[in-house]
Amino acid sequence: MSLLEVKNLKVRVEDNEILHGLTLTVNPGEVHAIMGPNGSGKSTLSHVIAGKPGYDVTDGEILFRGEDLLEMEPDERAAKGVFLAFQYPVEIPGVTTWNFLHTALNAQRKARGESQLSSPEFLKKVREVAKSLNIPQDMLKRGVNVGFSGGEKKRNEILQMALFEPAVCILDEMDSGLDIDALRIAADGVNALRSPERAMVVITHYQRLLNYIIPDFVHVMSKGRVVKSGGKDLALELEASGYTQFEDAA
Amino acid sequence: MNLVLAKNETGRALSDSFAIARGRLPGAGKVAEARSVAFEAYERAGLPHRRIEDWKYTDLRALMRELLPLAPAPDAAALTRAATAVKLQAVKGARRLVLVDGVFAPKLSELGGLENGVTVRTLQEVLEAGDAALQTQLFTPDDTNPMVALNSAMMTDGVVIEIANGIVLKQPLQIIHVASGPVPAAMFTRSLLRLGKDAGATLVESYIAADGAKIYQAHDSLVLAIGDNSRLDHVRLVEDGREAFNISSAVVTLGAHAHFNTFGLTSGAAVSRYQATIAFAGEHSRVETNGVNLLNGRQHADTTLLMDHAVPHCASREVFRAVADDRGHSVFQGRIIVRPDAQKTDAKMMTRALLLSDDAEADNKPELEIFADDVTCGHGATTGALDESLLFYLRARGLSEKEAQALLIQAFVGEAIESIVNDHLRELAIAAAQRWLEARA
Repeated sequence: MSLLEVKNLKVRVEDNEILHGLTLTVNPGEVHAIMGPNGSGKSTLSHVIAGKPGYDVTDGEILFRGEDLLEMEPDERAAKGVFLAFQYPVEIPGVTTWNFLHTALNAQRKARGESQLSSPEFLKKVREVAKSLNIPQDMLKRGVNVGFSGGEKKRNEILQMALFEPAVCILDEMDSGLDIDALRIAADGVNALRSPERAMVVITHYQRLLNYIIPDFVHVMSKGRVVKSGGKDLALELEASGYTQFEDAA
Repeated sequence: MNLVLAKNETGRALSDSFAIARGRLPGAGKVAEARSVAFEAYERAGLPHRRIEDWKYTDLRALMRELLPLAPAPDAAALTRAATAVKLQAVKGARRLVLVDGVFAPKLSELGGLENGVTVRTLQEVLEAGDAALQTQLFTPDDTNPMVALNSAMMTDGVVIEIANGIVLKQPLQIIHVASGPVPAAMFTRSLLRLGKDAGATLVESYIAADGAKIYQAHDSLVLAIGDNSRLDHVRLVEDGREAFNISSAVVTLGAHAHFNTFGLTSGAAVSRYQATIAFAGEHSRVETNGVNLLNGRQHADTTLLMDHAVPHCASREVFRAVADDRGHSVFQGRIIVRPDAQKTDAKMMTRALLLSDDAEADNKPELEIFADDVTCGHGATTGALDESLLFYLRARGLSEKEAQALLIQAFVGEAIESIVNDHLRELAIAAAQRWLEARA
């Protein structure tokens, strides 16, 4: 059974149809890159998979391990193993990163019928994970993303990915707002989390990110559809020729 | 129409109540006289209503449909019920003063090992046999406020604490007001805390109901006198029963180089009003007053503060947070007066309200009256809903809707709670907020 199956997905926001029948199949261990120009519907796809309110699915379905994902609340999806790394992670003043991570991890564990981690147990786990990703511990004491640089925000997303151990990770424009050094650090973090059981969907506008996170498949989106799929070489081809050809095709 | 005579049902019932109760009220001679004067002051105004500016949002004529009879002195059964409730709220390591149905309950109180230089007496004792100066101080509160005047006329009991010069109490003092029971009743209490010079204390006031307590009316007032170079930390937690009224007043005066840090949290009572007047009488003093209202159902909570900068070089900070769900109604009125001589005053006030439903309401009325020209004064206010993008972020990380809301509400009220210096008291306030959050989950 596939891990994630998006079938003929049609999505509206108010009166505009953004996705016009999108199909995508992701198996365990695979890394898929979704590329496309601005406005092609890439972020909409990531939001709909995570369950963000405000999108109206008018047709099609999304199955996660064969279960209907669209019937689940966003927190149920997270507990089942769907993770969205946000393009713009929000700042939450007054909530320490530490408290947020502990609350979130225990909420997911509770939903899966697993035991709650006590503060010392959690501390041990989060320290190990932070260390393996070279994330400084003092980040945990600060308010969630408050005063973080762009790079720190993305590393916080990767820290969460490592801590929650999801089955499928959707990385929404992870490269936006990052300089080349921050990009490399973030990509290293993602690569460290690749495994035969885990799938990744890397959404990006630029080919650059894919120099660091090498995909197995590349899909080109234009005007709410996947217009071309191929191997990693497709990304290089796009870099040379641009998106215009696909806009005409769509 | 003669407005003085135009009373509604509640107003009439109150005058009857005073006539019936006056024989039972402690204090003869001058005290009885002062009660009569106070009651006349009350009668001239009657129950406050929305046409009085200061009560615009809290119309007691509409909200207090009936006046309840004065509570009888608690019997053994009432004390037992109260004792159970007290156990849940008692602060560990604190000296405990318990008032059950408005009457001091020595058996439920715990005052062992008081430092030399600290005296604790009941209001009843002081009104019956206290010195004239202390009795006068007890009647200090402003009788132009009708609910204070009513309290002066009807006050039954309370505690009178005096802390001598140079004494710094290590353990907090906790006054617990408990409504014991199923019989609808009204309580009128007044307490006083006088800190000499170079002294320090921590005071906690808790308002609670015993299990099964229904409708009751708690009328309380507090007189605080903070001497030169003294410090008072104060926390009040209003967790009254959901059908209760709590009308409380505080009158605070600070000497020179004094410091008053006060925090209030209201999550209980159907209708509550806390009106505090804080007056700077000596230079270089500082006040932080912070509060949180956590309301749901049809709860109404009003905090009305008057910061009176009468002398130069004093600072005041007010941070207030309101969270209202369902049809909850939160009111904050903050008035800052800077008198002509009060140069170099530094006064700031910031209030924020969080509305969790379309029917919730938060009213905010700042009033700055500045008569000096070399001062720093400011105020700000915001009202809004929970940020949807924050909620989605938390939900995408596995928190349910209620859990995500709870975390954001905690963060929202956190800034006001953080101002509590004493770790133990801060935890107490956090726990009270937690109880509210758990009750709505």
